[in-house]
Amino acid sequence: MSHGIAWKQRSVLPGFGLSMGLTLLYLALLVLIPLAGLVLFTGTWITLAEFWDKAVADPRVLASYRLSFGASLIAASLNGVFGLIVAWVLVRYRFPGKRFIDAIVDLPFALPTAVSGIALTTLYARTGWVGRWLDPLGIQVAYAWPGIVIALTLIGLPFVVRTVQPALEDLDHEIEEASASLGATRWQTFRRVILPTVFPALLTGFAMAFARAIGEFGSVYFIAGNMPMKTEIAPLLIIIKLEQFDYVGATGIGVVMLVAAFVLLLVINLLQWWSRRYQA
Amino acid sequence: MSIEVQNISKTFGTFKALSSVSLNVPTGQLVALLGPSGSGKTTLLRIIAGLEQADEGSGSIYFHDEDVATQPVRRRQVGFVFQHYALFRHMSVFENVAFGLRVRPRRARPTKRDIRDRVHRLLALVQLDGMAGRYPSQLSGGQRQRVALARALAVEPKVLLLDEPFGALDAKVRKELRAWLRRLHDELHVTSVFVTHDQDEALEVADRIVVMNEGRIEQIGTPDEVFHHPQTEFVMKFLGEVNAFHCRVDSGRVQFDALELPFPQERQQIEGDARVFIRPYDVTIDTKTNGLPSVTAEVIRIHSAGPVVRLELRTATGQALAAELSQERFGTMNLQVGSNVYVRPRHIRVFTSA
Repeated sequence: MSHGIAWKQRSVLPGFGLSMGLTLLYLALLVLIPLAGLVLFTGTWITLAEFWDKAVADPRVLASYRLSFGASLIAASLNGVFGLIVAWVLVRYRFPGKRFIDAIVDLPFALPTAVSGIALTTLYARTGWVGRWLDPLGIQVAYAWPGIVIALTLIGLPFVVRTVQPALEDLDHEIEEASASLGATRWQTFRRVILPTVFPALLTGFAMAFARAIGEFGSVYFIAGNMPMKTEIAPLLIIIKLEQFDYVGATGIGVVMLVAAFVLLLVINLLQWWSRRYQA
Repeated sequence: MSIEVQNISKTFGTFKALSSVSLNVPTGQLVALLGPSGSGKTTLLRIIAGLEQADEGSGSIYFHDEDVATQPVRRRQVGFVFQHYALFRHMSVFENVAFGLRVRPRRARPTKRDIRDRVHRLLALVQLDGMAGRYPSQLSGGQRQRVALARALAVEPKVLLLDEPFGALDAKVRKELRAWLRRLHDELHVTSVFVTHDQDEALEVADRIVVMNEGRIEQIGTPDEVFHHPQTEFVMKFLGEVNAFHCRVDSGRVQFDALELPFPQERQQIEGDARVFIRPYDVTIDTKTNGLPSVTAEVIRIHSAGPVVRLELRTATGQALAAELSQERFGTMNLQVGSNVYVRPRHIRVFTSA
């Protein structure tokens, strides 16, 4: 072949041209054009000084970034740990009600986020079923940052479970037996053999849960209390700015979140590529 | 380190995988567990390794004098080699081999330098010294299995257990590797048990062969013994091709087809209905009768491509019979499909019908 890179290979199933064209069109219409519009609008209508003042240096905006990214990170990490355990239980054991539990995992996908937000608020408010036990201990969940974390954890859970599950199912039982026969303890087998094998999938699930949490608005809206500087997440701040007809501020925050999310996902993808380096 | 298996039984649900199996593997021997699938050979190997538990109340397993039946697999110090290698794919070849040393408790763990030296010695032993940095996905099947073997040997196992180690490899690599395994064993002398369903592999590699069928041991012996002196009909049929006929044994005479021959075995004589077995190479084919007892047969098919010529025959009474003769002899006989020949068994074996 005279080209350095083989763009396409002859195959018994042709269709590269058609499917690639559809892919580009689809992504362009849904993702690329709206987001490029956002960046273009910011670039042409807003001066750098304005952008800096309204979307970066403003303490209220800064606090919302910290909260949004911090809470999302905690939520995704919680999901990383517990999602792995849930997936493990669903793959490895047989027990009555397994199918039911398997179905429940997807519920956060389908539930309107407002519903889960209101339900969690009712549960964790000072008078709620759970909140009333936590309140005497001085732990406030609803209308505080822990409530935001819980809401974000709920909506991110399916991502980790559903990405780790197939990886665990693919795991060859013999490699655990090999590990044990070589003298490894159960913990060593988990830590050195199982975890590294499912790590790429876990990372994917983590990234998706994290991305989903950053963008989440509906459920947090109800449980956060939305106090400026304290429990105000960035997506909410965008709405607030829009309601005040501060289009410049809203767009600026949007761009910052877009760039930050893009960088984070890029880093996670690099990590993933690194953790799959053994695949030829 | 010898292995002693005493009255081990294993049931999966209602399926009896092993029925009271006893076996002794002397120190330093290479023993093959040979049998068809479902004969219990892999189950027995896995019970020896501790990967499977024998039925409650069945017998015990000793390594030398130590009862290991209650020990978990990681304490038994066995090297186990799996049919599909079971390499850790996220680890390099080096890391795979070093694994068993790295997971030791700190006081028993060799130093970094010792681990490196030992891994490289083992990789040299399995002829993969240049591959230490590769990942399993970059190796061929034969190379992967040698890595798996080096990994199992790294922990200096008391016994080496191999479950169909060459089963996933293609025929040529399989032949090379089994010859190599035999040489390796002669160098290391670690007591080894390997499972196979390939009789050629067992006959070529093993010091002793344990022929298994339906959860029982049919015969234990050297390759010569099980091949030339099969003690059961199953062993006779499993090790090589046979022609089988119904026969009657009457006061020391075996009658089958149109033949009557003296009862052949040194073993206890039997009477009445039985089955007679003839290996294809244990018959003499002649175009003329020479007075010795023989049956007439028609040549149905000739396979002459190969080191020997194989004939498919049909006797006058309509029974199928396979025969083998040398290319030289075939060349002198001018046989065609449809030729009539005289067939004389040189060696028969008789077993009572089950």
